Amino acid sequence: MGYVAVKGGAHAINNSVILYKNRRLEDGADIDVENIKTNMRQLINQVMSEASFYDRDIAALAIKQAEGNMEEAVFLMRAHRSTLPRLYYSTVTDTREMFVERRVSASFKDIPGGQILGATSDFTHRLLDDSLKELADGPRESVDCKEIPFNYDLDKLPKVIDYLEEEGLFVREPENNDEPDDITKKAIEYPSTRSQRLQALTRGQTGAVTSLGYAEIRGYGIASHPNIGECRVGQQPVHVDLDDDYGEYFIGDYEVTEIDGFMPDLDEDDSDAGEKDLMIKIGYGLVFGQNETKAIAMSVLDYSLEHPEPGVATSDDEFVLYHIDSVESTGFISHLKLPHYVTFQSKLDRMRQGKEERQ
Amino acid sequence: MPANDEVVLSLRDLSKKFGSGCDYCRGTDAELQKNMCPECHTVYAVRNASLDLYKGEILGIVGESGSGKSTLMKTLYFDQEATGGEYILPGDASIEGNACDVSSQKKRQIRNEQLGMVYQNPLQGLKMDFSSVTNIAEKLIASGNRNVGQMTDRADHFLEKVNIALSRKYEAPKNFSGGMQQRVQIAKALSNYPPILLLDEVTTGLDLSVQADVLELIKEIQRDMGVSMIVVSHDLAIIRMLCDRTIVMLDGRVIEHGITDQILEDPQHKYTQQLVYSIL
Amino acid sequence: MSQNFAFLDEHSKKEIRRKTLKAIAIPGYQVPFASRELPIARGWGTGGLQLTLSLVGREDILKVIDQGSDESVNAVNIRNLIQSTTGVKETIHTSEASLIQSRHRIPEVPLKPFQILVLQVPMPEPLRTVEVSERKTKMLHGDKEYSGAFIKLFEQIMKYGHITDDADYPVMVNDRYVMAPSPIPRFDNPKMNYNEGLILLGAGREKKIHAVPPYTKVESLAFEDYPFEVEQFEDKVCRESGLTGVYMDELQDEKTGETYYLTNDTSYMLEKLNEEAVNNAGK
Repeated sequence: MGYVAVKGGAHAINNSVILYKNRRLEDGADIDVENIKTNMRQLINQVMSEASFYDRDIAALAIKQAEGNMEEAVFLMRAHRSTLPRLYYSTVTDTREMFVERRVSASFKDIPGGQILGATSDFTHRLLDDSLKELADGPRESVDCKEIPFNYDLDKLPKVIDYLEEEGLFVREPENNDEPDDITKKAIEYPSTRSQRLQALTRGQTGAVTSLGYAEIRGYGIASHPNIGECRVGQQPVHVDLDDDYGEYFIGDYEVTEIDGFMPDLDEDDSDAGEKDLMIKIGYGLVFGQNETKAIAMSVLDYSLEHPEPGVATSDDEFVLYHIDSVESTGFISHLKLPHYVTFQSKLDRMRQGKEERQ
Repeated sequence: MPANDEVVLSLRDLSKKFGSGCDYCRGTDAELQKNMCPECHTVYAVRNASLDLYKGEILGIVGESGSGKSTLMKTLYFDQEATGGEYILPGDASIEGNACDVSSQKKRQIRNEQLGMVYQNPLQGLKMDFSSVTNIAEKLIASGNRNVGQMTDRADHFLEKVNIALSRKYEAPKNFSGGMQQRVQIAKALSNYPPILLLDEVTTGLDLSVQADVLELIKEIQRDMGVSMIVVSHDLAIIRMLCDRTIVMLDGRVIEHGITDQILEDPQHKYTQQLVYSIL
Repeated sequence: MSQNFAFLDEHSKKEIRRKTLKAIAIPGYQVPFASRELPIARGWGTGGLQLTLSLVGREDILKVIDQGSDESVNAVNIRNLIQSTTGVKETIHTSEASLIQSRHRIPEVPLKPFQILVLQVPMPEPLRTVEVSERKTKMLHGDKEYSGAFIKLFEQIMKYGHITDDADYPVMVNDRYVMAPSPIPRFDNPKMNYNEGLILLGAGREKKIHAVPPYTKVESLAFEDYPFEVEQFEDKVCRESGLTGVYMDELQDEKTGETYYLTNDTSYMLEKLNEEAVNNAGK
């Protein structure tokens, strides 16, 4: 009999995993994935958005498995995403065709098509509601409303920027028909392109995107207050083109939040020419599900990255894009607790070397 | 007259514009609003500048802010890329033709071995958190020196030359006064014995007595080391004290050049006349 | 849910292999790749793991180590994932393995031709501490402008009297690219020089692959009068095996409070102990 390797590690981590999984069920009843899907809508929205993976069923499963931990749920979905081949890209979809469920403008009181308040937590009072301790069978109150004549179709509402464009206060950027990059297929190389930035921002951790957007407007970037030209929440149709004889196929609607953030800016064509016209520029935000705060912060960061100011961290694409991804930041921070015995031994050697030389 | 007729640096129609230009301003003698094209707002920071720098001389460049003199210096040191014209360094046989056209790798080599630069703002020229010795060694390391002892010896030599006590050599320039920081910059610029030294408003913002020290040091370097220098300043007194020959820039163009005394005694261009008489 | 062989879909594996080939063709150069999310956290070895998963075939014999040990929890965890998605054979013996994934160590047994060592890399950019911007470091590599790396070491000498970089000590590969060798101890740097196996380095979070092909010159950065130094274990003896001249773990005897040393590469120590046992039995 020779010496054999100690098999401690495998046993220990196996038990650790079992302990962790058991804890969920030790003090109460199991929960149905379907209940998570219908009750935890906002959590699902955030998870799908950060995972860049639109599937409410899988998101609900991930949330259950992660015991409600956002980072873990996003991580589970991203890892699952890695096993799926990308079969098609959707064709260009126009948010003017969104079936609008909610739509507000902070810039104009009267917008063509009107403000549509829809469902929002904005005006709930944040008082804990004891009645929720009891299970309900269905909605407790019904909406009180009456029908009024409405001259628009909800899937053909005009956009607020159309009005500004007519006034000459907003100049549409020349259409850019470059094939967008796919950051899940090709790593971002810097300087980044706009399509890379928009993808990275919409996948960004909600908290990180919000914090950086906040820093940008609070004084570390454009120390000015953007106006939300239009905030839309609704169902966006998606099509794919299989290059067969039948044209595009409709594959479904997905819920999105879209923000046109109005940023006052000087007309660039007149740089250094003395008099300048104030123009509206757009910062753009679009995220899966209803997640208005993240979408607004995204629009702020989109703008700051499109119009970089030297020395401003929130307009440095490397600073923003390298640090907002949930899976990357939580992974690297948490890896610090892994064993680093070998490198620490190397550091000790250097510290002792210094001491010896001084003695 | 220059003491030596060997040219060490020569520019022909060097230009630096910011903007793409248009049919109007690309014409050879289009009227600009100061240095900007009235049609497309392209800024011509340097416009067809030509000059020769002779071995061992100090050439002055004088002009108001916005005249293009600092931009010209930045293109000479490759901090900015020229948009046209020729930049010839006859002293370095490894450069074929126009130095504006060589690879970025070669440009770094020219910076490290042929040129020394002293910026108006020491922040641009120094690593403020690194020790002074390391700052001076930087150009030596960049040009391939891998011997610490040799490099610290060289640093000591130049720190002494610029009158900084060796007891402070491990200190970072951020702890130093403005005049000391400029002297560390000069020591760094000289560390590789470059044939050409570029000095951009190096005494601006310093106390008068400190200014005099630094100017004296520059004179001494010219005398002892035979380095050729280009000195940019808006201050005619400094130009008068240091420079053998002087060129005057206005709105990106060289409008007058000649022996310094001649230019100061008998300015030809209307702008130079204004400049000279305003300080008398 | 059912999984693919080696977890990743085949398109992804192909892309990673293409980028790996590029990395081998340009020794020491960091090739960007579209790093996938894996079931193991970013920063926990996903770069190395993606290399392993894209390369592993049914015939491979796999060894996974962390901190010199096959039984470290992180090594076990990674090996379990590879095993459960591929079913390949595993070994603890360096010489038996065709594919070795490691964190923080190059094994003491030298690599042989056709062996592949995959190292996990947290920070692939050796110039990051002197230049924070990726687009600038990319230009510096392009121009072979490495004075920043040397200035950092020079400043350490000025401040502390010696170089203080410890693990992840930068190397020059094939006289062209300065490379971060991953946080291996300096002790392991010389093992890379003209080694006979293929060394691949993967950074999952930073999305880079780099490589040291077989028989490639790898030189640790240093000055003529301040040469490169490895960790000192000259007077140390492994308490278990009596080995010397290997990288050691420093441990404390709980009873006596004494410091003692053990060979860090545990499978190597085991092999040596068994050789000795066989020899003793033969006597």
